[in-house]
Amino acid sequence: MKSFSRKKKTVKKVLAVASGGGHWVQLLRLQDAFQACDCAYLSVDKEYAHAVAPSRFYYVPDANRDTKLKLLFSSLKILLIVLWERPNVVISTGAAHGYLAIRFAKMIGAKTMFIDSIANAEKLSLSGELATSHADLMLTQWPELSNGHNIQYRGSVL
Amino acid sequence: MIFVTVGTQLPFDRLIQAVDEWAGDQRETNVFAQTGAGTYQPSHISSSEFLGVSDFNSRVENADLLISHAGMGSIITAMENSKPIVLIPRLAKFGEHRNDHQLATVSKFRKLSNVFVAENETELPNVIKQALASQVSYVQDELASRRALISSISSFIGAPEPIPAAQLRRTV
Repeated sequence: MKSFSRKKKTVKKVLAVASGGGHWVQLLRLQDAFQACDCAYLSVDKEYAHAVAPSRFYYVPDANRDTKLKLLFSSLKILLIVLWERPNVVISTGAAHGYLAIRFAKMIGAKTMFIDSIANAEKLSLSGELATSHADLMLTQWPELSNGHNIQYRGSVL
Repeated sequence: MIFVTVGTQLPFDRLIQAVDEWAGDQRETNVFAQTGAGTYQPSHISSSEFLGVSDFNSRVENADLLISHAGMGSIITAMENSKPIVLIPRLAKFGEHRNDHQLATVSKFRKLSNVFVAENETELPNVIKQALASQVSYVQDELASRRALISSISSFIGAPEPIPAAQLRRTV
């Protein structure tokens, strides 16, 4: 479709990444931040595509540290999507897929932001902790979890 | 109708069994549960392991009460639909989650007018009663912190400022 062809350079390409359930619901609550962008979405349920149509949607099966082979397959798929999309910015509300997308995005020089789930009110999630040393901007949704340096608070989905 | 959900990731048999037993005691037949891949087979309520997005959304819309694990997807969905919701936190000691972050979640969100917390399955019947008696008609969607986060994302992207908060869209 014509509208998906490369737009003029000033429109930023964003890849927004979230796992299922609450991660995805939180990402959708932030959609308004992407309205002036050419935004593609990546998540774990094919049906989620309807919620963001007509934006591009990539399905990558869920995986975690307990399912190593699936995690490897999903990692490769995320790498290919990042290389294919060439986003200027990658933003994730967690979890593992977001961490991986941020690692790959750094390799192509994209800016990256990880927003830890609002579910983590007492300490960062594991993927959040892992992402802290790689994301350009690491956000918590609880002021008390910010350290003022590499973990910041800028608001929340609720 | 009462709609029970354990979320997309993991089963939560303790919740399903507690609701099933409550429904049996109360002779409450209008309960539907999304159970995940659990082993407990409910006998008093109808159920399905997983639901498609539109099926899930219509069951939420038609529900008088939601009962759920303390997951953010459920909490946000209840808020956006102005439905009362009973939460039971998953506990790591029962293998219900990797850690006890759902305890922190319930302690932070129990202040919402539509949220009712049962710390465990024995508290559930009373908390359900309380939630059913509540008159939740509208849940305030706190826009200020969401607007702050959205505008901080926009400036990180380097995109123009987004639309005013009054027009912030809902997810469902």
